Amino acid sequence: MDYFAQQLINGLVLGSIYGLIAIGYTMVYGIVGMINFAHGDIFMIGGFIALITFLLLISTGLTAIPVILLIVLLVSMAITALYGWTIERIAYRPLRHSFRLAPMLSAIGMSFVLTNYSQVAQGARVKPIPPLITGGYTLHESADGFVIQLSNIQIMVVVTTIVLLAIFTWLVSRTRLGRDMRACEQDQTMAALLGVNVDRTISMTFVIGAALAAVAGLMYLLYYGLVDFFMGFVAGIKAFTAAVLGGIGSLPGAMLGGLAIGLIETFWSAYFSVEYKDVAAFSILIVVLIFMPTGLLGRPEVEKV
Amino acid sequence: MKTPSINTAKAPSGIPALLKTACFNALIALVLFSLMIGIRTEAGSDGQLTYWTRFGDLASIVAAVFGGSIVIELLRQWIGPTGAEKLVPPALQSGMSFVGRYLAPALLIFTLLVPVIFYDQRYILDLAILVLTYVMLGWGLNVVVGLAGLLDLGYVAFYAVGAYSYALLATNFGWSFWVCLPLAGILAAFWGVLLGFPVLRLRGDYLAIVTLAFGEIIRLVIINWQDLTGGPNGVSSIPRPSFFGIPLDNSDNGLAAKLGIEYSPTHRIVFLFYLILALALLTNWVTIRLRRLPIGRAWEALREDEVACRALGINTTTTKLTAFATGAMFGGFAGAFFATRQGFISPESFTFQESALVLAIVVLGGMGSQLGVALAALAMIGGFELFRGLENYRMLVFGMAMVLIMIWRPRGLIGHRAPTVYLTKAQAISSDLVKEGHG
Repeated sequence: MDYFAQQLINGLVLGSIYGLIAIGYTMVYGIVGMINFAHGDIFMIGGFIALITFLLLISTGLTAIPVILLIVLLVSMAITALYGWTIERIAYRPLRHSFRLAPMLSAIGMSFVLTNYSQVAQGARVKPIPPLITGGYTLHESADGFVIQLSNIQIMVVVTTIVLLAIFTWLVSRTRLGRDMRACEQDQTMAALLGVNVDRTISMTFVIGAALAAVAGLMYLLYYGLVDFFMGFVAGIKAFTAAVLGGIGSLPGAMLGGLAIGLIETFWSAYFSVEYKDVAAFSILIVVLIFMPTGLLGRPEVEKV
Repeated sequence: MKTPSINTAKAPSGIPALLKTACFNALIALVLFSLMIGIRTEAGSDGQLTYWTRFGDLASIVAAVFGGSIVIELLRQWIGPTGAEKLVPPALQSGMSFVGRYLAPALLIFTLLVPVIFYDQRYILDLAILVLTYVMLGWGLNVVVGLAGLLDLGYVAFYAVGAYSYALLATNFGWSFWVCLPLAGILAAFWGVLLGFPVLRLRGDYLAIVTLAFGEIIRLVIINWQDLTGGPNGVSSIPRPSFFGIPLDNSDNGLAAKLGIEYSPTHRIVFLFYLILALALLTNWVTIRLRRLPIGRAWEALREDEVACRALGINTTTTKLTAFATGAMFGGFAGAFFATRQGFISPESFTFQESALVLAIVVLGGMGSQLGVALAALAMIGGFELFRGLENYRMLVFGMAMVLIMIWRPRGLIGHRAPTVYLTKAQAISSDLVKEGHG
């Protein structure tokens, strides 16, 4: 039971990270109708930028951890958001009215570009950082000595995710931008006719998605203490799985799906085999798409002739 | 129907606007690359991260973006507004169709003569074999993507199944290549059907992601099922192919000894060359024949419109499954060939990048054009060879090329994907005739 509780905590933390990435997939799919294949690599870029900013800040002699974290968060969100904006501008916008597979293939190309760009720019080796946030709480200690740990990083990941989700939900449901986004999701032509700047709204979607992915990258860096240039691929597919599981286009669904994938992966590793945890995640993607193509919270897609 | 786009119509003219755009782009580039290129991190021997600055590189990249955006902007103004379809002049069109008619036979004759011309140049022969392997993979995937219109991002899985089938059967049971080749094809086709079943209801992007997941699952299973596949170490000492039972070596039973000629290791390379050429031509021939059969027509109909297809009573289930199985079978053949040529296979050869490369070849070749795929494979693999010295930059350039091709010619370089059959002349029913009751 204690082991189970510990895995539950680990799974929820991992799931929060997946959920943050999944929101980027689901938002873009909802509005533009394409799978932003490069989104996983945006997450990776976010991790790298956070790492470099950390290094610079620490070398300036700054010691206050909360200040460092805040600056790193803002810098990595800003720069990664600019990456998202640029990629949409270069690789997706010219293809918006092209044939259906073109944006997907362009996105795959962009994913290769980002992966290899960071390999060339920062080298192929794994980049570790020393743990910045240490300590934690012991929740429960069983008779046979098994301890349920809740570390401060885990608390921070979950709290950050909840705060961001709250801000994000407010943004989508209460602001002008959110209303524009929802309008574009329903009918781009009609939204344009009613004075919504469609291009700008789509750009903002990519910017927000990339900023959330940057937060996920930072959390990943803090939680696992390392980044490498190839981590975007698998994380991206799993986050996409989460988005599909939750129902693509649905924002709460993406978070729910992320938590589900995080839990499944953690429990699979804990109780079955670590080697096959990715196989489990990918199999879930296939099974969900076959039996529940609309996901947990998605709306059924109407087939138009 | 095109959605009215609002921002794209602003055509900057004059030097101030040009400079403004270039400065803006350079500023964006400065922010984008400031940390990623300006600062280089590396983990030291004690695990401590160190960093050093590379502001020179950063400055040159920003300058390149500045200059590049001026050049692109000037080119854009010189060529004219983008998006307007330019018509090829009729003279050029007829010239191109003339070239098109004789290009394929000329290429085939040249390919047949390659081992004769380049007999002494081992490097060119090896490269030619590699190109032909990708031509075959491209033609195989073309059945699925080009003809049936099913986007498959996991094609490498069938390549892997074929390669491992041959490698394991040959090393464990000592079966000959010629027995294993059909078996590899059948096993790959079986996996194709196995993948086909669950994805029958999916289309477009979802299908792409599921096939990708399938490809990854196969690779992960190969890595982790160490008892069978040797895991990351792969399978080594895979038997070389024989000339229908006669080994191609320096022994007394070898082909060279039987023919009474002097043995040379090039014989095996030339044999491999003709073997893959024959396999590729088989793929091409089968595809061309299948296109004329009802099943080929059904594939093309499925590509054009699945709903209409179902309305016309075409069984989309069997149509999709046969497309997957046929494509997978050729992938399996190519995999078996790959295994026997390399003599060693490991999961590293079957990554997603391989799938993307083959898919890029098919897309670049115009999705459905056999000649286009062959030329695209030549261009892609040839291009890869040019960047051989710059190992790290290879995939970077490949990715950029993929994006640029999609923006520039999303339908491929040579491509046209008109259905094989269509009505050449519309039925002569004008409104006058209908009114008079002739229609």
